[in-house]
Amino acid sequence: MANRTLRAQRLVALFMLGCLLFSYPLLALFDSGGEVFGIPLLFAYLFVAWALLIVAMILVVECSSR
Amino acid sequence: MPLAGLILLTSCAYLGILFAIAYWGDKRADAGRSIIANPYIYALSMAVYATSWTFYGSVGRAAVSGVGFLPIYLGPTLMAALFWLVLRKMIRISKANRITSIADFIAARYGKSALLGGLVTLIAVVGVIPYIALQLKAVSSSFLILWQYPTIQMPNSGQALGPLQDTALYVALLLATFTILFGTRHLDATERHEGMVAAIAFESLVKLLAFLAVGLYVTFGLYHGFADVFEQAARLPDVDQLLTLGGPAGTYGSWVSLIFLSMLSILFLPRQFQISVVENVNENHVAKAIWLFPLYLLAINIFVLPITFAGLMHFPAGTVDADTFVLTLPMALRQESLALLVFVGGLSAATGMVIVETIALSTMICNDLAMPLLLRWKALGLAQRADLSGLLLGIRRGAILLLMLLGYVYYRAAGEAYALVSIGLVSFAAVAQFAPAMLGGMYWKQGTRAGALSGLSLGFLLWLYTLLLPAFAKSGWLPLSFIEQGPLAIAWLKPLALFGLAGLDEIGHSLFWSLLANLGAYVGVSLFGRQSSREHAQALLFVDAFKVAGRGSSLWRGSASVTEVIALVGRFLGPARAREAFAGYAAQRGLASAAELVPDADLVHFAEQQLAGAIGAASARVMLASVVQEEPLGMDEVLGILDEASQVLAYSRRLEQQSHELEVATGELRAANARLQELDRLKDDFISTVTHELRTPLTSIRAFSEILNDNPELDPAQRARFVGIIVKESERLTRMINQVLDLAKLESGRAEWHTSALDLKEVIEDAQATTSQLLQEQGVALCLELPAQIPPVLADRDRLLQVLLNLIANAVKFCDREAGRIGIAVQVLPEALQVDVRDNGCGIDPADQQTIFEKFRQAGDNLTEKPQGTGLGLPISRQIIEHFGGRLWVNSARGQGATFSFTLPLGQANAAASDAGRETEYGV
Repeated sequence: MANRTLRAQRLVALFMLGCLLFSYPLLALFDSGGEVFGIPLLFAYLFVAWALLIVAMILVVECSSR
Repeated sequence: MPLAGLILLTSCAYLGILFAIAYWGDKRADAGRSIIANPYIYALSMAVYATSWTFYGSVGRAAVSGVGFLPIYLGPTLMAALFWLVLRKMIRISKANRITSIADFIAARYGKSALLGGLVTLIAVVGVIPYIALQLKAVSSSFLILWQYPTIQMPNSGQALGPLQDTALYVALLLATFTILFGTRHLDATERHEGMVAAIAFESLVKLLAFLAVGLYVTFGLYHGFADVFEQAARLPDVDQLLTLGGPAGTYGSWVSLIFLSMLSILFLPRQFQISVVENVNENHVAKAIWLFPLYLLAINIFVLPITFAGLMHFPAGTVDADTFVLTLPMALRQESLALLVFVGGLSAATGMVIVETIALSTMICNDLAMPLLLRWKALGLAQRADLSGLLLGIRRGAILLLMLLGYVYYRAAGEAYALVSIGLVSFAAVAQFAPAMLGGMYWKQGTRAGALSGLSLGFLLWLYTLLLPAFAKSGWLPLSFIEQGPLAIAWLKPLALFGLAGLDEIGHSLFWSLLANLGAYVGVSLFGRQSSREHAQALLFVDAFKVAGRGSSLWRGSASVTEVIALVGRFLGPARAREAFAGYAAQRGLASAAELVPDADLVHFAEQQLAGAIGAASARVMLASVVQEEPLGMDEVLGILDEASQVLAYSRRLEQQSHELEVATGELRAANARLQELDRLKDDFISTVTHELRTPLTSIRAFSEILNDNPELDPAQRARFVGIIVKESERLTRMINQVLDLAKLESGRAEWHTSALDLKEVIEDAQATTSQLLQEQGVALCLELPAQIPPVLADRDRLLQVLLNLIANAVKFCDREAGRIGIAVQVLPEALQVDVRDNGCGIDPADQQTIFEKFRQAGDNLTEKPQGTGLGLPISRQIIEHFGGRLWVNSARGQGATFSFTLPLGQANAAASDAGRETEYGV
């Protein structure tokens, strides 16, 4: 049960992190129109942040269920 | 035309496969081996979120606003992190209360209110119909485009054709048939459709594969990876604006409002509620969906921008609608099978959405709109009909058909006024209105029915005014001046800039006003209103869903007959199903058959749950009320319950008090026991001391008697001395026995007292006379120092004399051998008389001054010196003096004689003496 509340708290933390990553101040940092490896910076940032968030969710969900 | 035939054949084959999967799923479910009972199927079926709006519309939106298509998928990703808290609670609540739709959920939370259920249904239907229209449009136009292969040309809009030539009509009818076939095969109390879920999961897989296929082909076949696409796209005009925010991609404000909107819709769209809450098999499946569902969304979006740019580069501007790039690109590149796959993918996206949405809406229409109205319509006599299960199915099938046709009508009427993506957002904004009532209902106990009603109505009206009516105006149903000048040319009522609020985009503007009014009214009315007891009970069930162990409301009083209840449930579920359900319930309770059931609150609750599955919580309550004489919980009952509670409290308090008293009594008993043991020990000591003391004189008597007996020729002088000793020892023995008896009497309080007022002077002079013989023998002088006047004291004359004799005898024993002198003095103290008996003997060690008052203790060494007395004189004297209320003590120092003093209180004696005086006066 303690494990479950911990999992819930970790997920809430991820939710907040996601809110932060996908909103104004951080987003503006990457909104400059540059490129990384030929890929537009904002596009790359959004998908990388999204993917990392999903990886973190996998870690939280799958690790705490064991 | 062979091509059209091929397309039709493929479509029909695809629908056939779907139906086969659904049929197989249902069969497996009936056999108890569910195929959907695993988290992967659950997460895949959730992807019904991605409709043809995603499949075709994302590219269309990306062509206009670049990365602006993303918030609609980022929001659900964020919400997925909260699934474990929010969605799981929704599932728990719905399972416990047999909730089968979002309308049911809200109605049940606010006291099973039929009005609220109806309002939610209305909002959902009005909000979602355009969305269904959108799917029909997507399917029909993709069909028309593909049909013209190899030419790529935007089809004439379906509206240009007559209704009978319009493919959208046939699509609508086909989908309606399909939905009816496996959405409403039978009535089920849990309202779950395993086969349908299996088919939806399959569809999610198909649309993902189709989209990925196009994306991979375009990105890696047509170009050399992402970098290549973006590099070439850089030559397009205005491409920079598509890749940054702040341009057409939208400001940060609209970006955030879209994320927020899509967060709410992933929970509150009727189809999402149906799939993720109602069709959920096991709430632990939510855990896997937390990451699997966002992963799905990521996968289906990763190729959107490459496809968009490829389309923009491939087709001259304005010739091809960006909404169709996904289909037209493979067609233009002569990839027939890929194009067909895309068509099937789009078909799956549209059918999946339409099937689930119409099933969810038809349940709501039937349970929360049609049934409450029909049941209240007395003229129909519906409440008396024997079997209503057929009617229920009929209503649902009718509702599905009606919804599909409404969608079609909307599609015909609205036409091309709006791009696909905007229609979707209008729907999202409508269902977002459920958020305050739903979330508030789950986490806030004070939310009331009136609050939810006013919040929902206000929010809905504002949504209507700021989003739907402008959409109508743009479609030409209302004059455009409505938008531009405001109704009746009142500027501050302009629907897209209400109260002059400009600078937000349409969605953000509408969302702000409608949710502000919604939340404000909900919270405000709730805080200033009152909950009924039923609302309160439901609020507890919902908010404490994780704490409540599943039992329903116990606040129920009433009477019902079991057969009536079973018959009632039978009318909606079918008699056979009802009997089965109640037999199962009886078996659960350990009863042999349903006939043995007792019509109690639990049974009624069970029946209500069964009915709620079929006709909704609000209607179930109405129906049960018709057979159950339910007595509402009046003030009396509430007071009664309170009274019971306070009685219980009083009992427990009394119990506590008694146990405390018991503890005290136990303590007293223990103390008494200890005292008894102590006394027992004292008695043993006393007896052994007494016997020891008695043996001393007895031994000497016996020794001298034996000498006399054995020596008859002893000379007379010797003989006389021995006999003298025997006599003296016998006297001592007698005295000792008398004193032991005396002491026992005094200690037990059985001694006789003849108290009277005494003149102490007389008593002292008597004592002097009595001891004069002894004093002469020992050569001791006694002098008295008596004041002239001594007030009388209250005492027993003989006892007081005994004390004086005792003290004098002691003084004689211990005073100086050669010049013995004893003095007796009396002092008159304020409240007492003090008598001192002074001798000039060797005195008493301070160590012995207390012990001499103990029984059988004498000053000096008992072993070496011959005892001079019995050792009982002083203890007896002290007992006597204490009985008179005085004190006996000794003052002495070694070698300076000893003074024994005692006091006798004066107070009562004066009164007694005056009485005695009067008595003498009268000569009594």
